[in-house]
Amino acid sequence: HLATSLPLPSERDHLRPRIDLIVFMIDIKSKYSLKNIEASLAHVDASFFLGKVCFLVTGVGRVNYCSVDMNAIWKLGEVYCSPVLFCELELEGIRVATAQRLLRMLQICAGHIPGVSALSFGSLMRGSADD
Amino acid sequence: MDETVAEYIRRTVLKIPRDEIKTILQKWGFLSETQLQTVNFHQIKENISQDVVQLCEENAADIKQAAVLDIIYNHIYPNKRVWSVYQMNKTGEEMEFFDLTDFKKKFKRRLRSALKNVTINFREYEDNAVWIRIAWGTPYTKPNQYKTSYVVYHSQTPYVFISASVLKSNLPLLCQALVVASSYHDIHEMELRSHSLNSLKDIVFKRYSQNFQTYYPRPLQERNVAPENADLRIIQENRSEKERIQRVNREVFGDGPQPKLEFAQYKLETMFKSDPKMDVLDKREPFRCLVKFSSPHLLEALKSLAPAGMADAPLSPLLTCIPQKARNYFKIREKKGLFPGSFVSP
Repeated sequence: HLATSLPLPSERDHLRPRIDLIVFMIDIKSKYSLKNIEASLAHVDASFFLGKVCFLVTGVGRVNYCSVDMNAIWKLGEVYCSPVLFCELELEGIRVATAQRLLRMLQICAGHIPGVSALSFGSLMRGSADD
Repeated sequence: MDETVAEYIRRTVLKIPRDEIKTILQKWGFLSETQLQTVNFHQIKENISQDVVQLCEENAADIKQAAVLDIIYNHIYPNKRVWSVYQMNKTGEEMEFFDLTDFKKKFKRRLRSALKNVTINFREYEDNAVWIRIAWGTPYTKPNQYKTSYVVYHSQTPYVFISASVLKSNLPLLCQALVVASSYHDIHEMELRSHSLNSLKDIVFKRYSQNFQTYYPRPLQERNVAPENADLRIIQENRSEKERIQRVNREVFGDGPQPKLEFAQYKLETMFKSDPKMDVLDKREPFRCLVKFSSPHLLEALKSLAPAGMADAPLSPLLTCIPQKARNYFKIREKKGLFPGSFVSP
């Protein structure tokens, strides 16, 4: 399900399945994008932040057009205890690899991987990021 | 043939892209077809230009013919220059029948009476467009063929498109001559400038697709869905919002291509509104500020902002009014009453 911001439109509530993973996409070229994400985070129930939220920063290939402060993004990941991934959507290879990563995360969050819970995976990801 | 004329023709030919040289020379018509056959148009431009000058020597070209070649070049590549739009006013009389010969005579006479050293050439094109090329000199020097102004006048309209290039000081003189020759009362510059002459024409002649306040009945929504959302596993939560944006955008910008402008400039003479605690300006005077938007194609860029999620729809009327108001340079003063009164000022 793609949405431009939260909260989700209520008229579709009855059509929506259970939400297992929320990926917040931040376009590094747009301050507006970061602001939008920050505003949307307020509408997320706290239980999602136990490994079911992830930040995906896009547009990282174009260093010249970077409008968003990287510190702000790291801080976001820290405050909301969620991993931060980076990708460049315009390059097919990276796009596919990122999609595969997200899919893997989704499988874990949906409980399809026995022995690995969303929370344990989340702390694993955060642990490796701090190194 | 004069040295300066030869050099001028040579430089003009060098400006033309190699593949187009033959066609343009044919349009010029000064060199015969047999003469053109003798030129190898596949050699480097440097050599082509030399050959062409040689042929012009044989035909004894003078500045008049050289000027015509220059007009043809600028008519085909007008976007190399910056054009401003001027509007002439009559004092409420009837539109008189336009006599081209009379216009040319009056124009030349008026201009020459103030400044003898000018080269003036005319060329008529379809849709009543008269192209005027003026090379400026000074009271003491001959006209400099490289310091030219171009005027495009559509005789059935009050609009004149001027590319003044370097010598801005001659502009009042030029305007005066135009007013006198076309039997108008006065002329003023519109705040509209661009490289794209055709787009300027589209704007003032209202030839672009305009937004009409049409009510789009619901069934039209079907259109947006088809190609993009081929994968039924992707569900757009905000589809109705996306469609609203598309609809609003279409209402504002219309369906067709936008006229091509490169800039929009807003000169702000408004008070700085800040948190009183910030204390940036104690004095209650206007905070002067210039905001300039630039883009290879400004209006298309603005049109794509809301669908790209980079701005809210509808966009500020200050941006969207550009084609309707036929201006891209604005002065914004303090709001005194209702919103429409806040901007615009000559």
